[in-house]
Amino acid sequence: MTYYESVFIARQDVSSAHVEHLTNQFAEVVVALGGKIKKREYWGLRTLAYKVNKNRKGHYVLFNLDASFKAVNEMERLMRLNEDVLRYMTIKIKRLEENPSIMMCAKSNRDRSRGERREREYFSKRDT
Amino acid sequence: MSQLQIVRAAVRRPFMRRRKSCPLSGNNAPDIDYKDVKLLSRFISERGKIVPSRITAISAKKQRELACAVKRARNIALLPFVIS
Repeated sequence: MTYYESVFIARQDVSSAHVEHLTNQFAEVVVALGGKIKKREYWGLRTLAYKVNKNRKGHYVLFNLDASFKAVNEMERLMRLNEDVLRYMTIKIKRLEENPSIMMCAKSNRDRSRGERREREYFSKRDT
Repeated sequence: MSQLQIVRAAVRRPFMRRRKSCPLSGNNAPDIDYKDVKLLSRFISERGKIVPSRITAISAKKQRELACAVKRARNIALLPFVIS
């Protein structure tokens, strides 16, 4: 099926545990409709380049999907209805790259410079 | 009449001597991705606008890809629309 890459931004005053719940919810919808989640990334709480309806920061989540348009449409509909999701963007891509995106390795080599960090760093207490 | 001569004189001397090579094409060039904010911000002005390819010497094809990536990055607030 076609490959999609979807990024959504969740509101800043939502706990990262809740963001993970949101990502699971969207992932389940896609899988239920016959799609596959190839890669899921949580870029953490980032400051936005401009204020998006009164929020200065946002939780970024990236999905790499191999799904039919029906699954993607349903996921986008849920994102549209959900108030915690500030903004989302889904684009069609030619091929999926397996290795983590630039956002992740940019963060990881920054972490490496400040000493070794555990892999499961995303949902640690640092964010809440 | 004199005004015309001046214009013709200016055109004869081409402004750019050395044909700069495109930093984004070629085999070891980084591929353009809307998530790569560091690479994209090299090609936007200090006001946040996309710098024209005649200044950054980028090939037309790469400039189109770059413009598309910058607009996508702006859409998900990785890059600002305007830096005031």
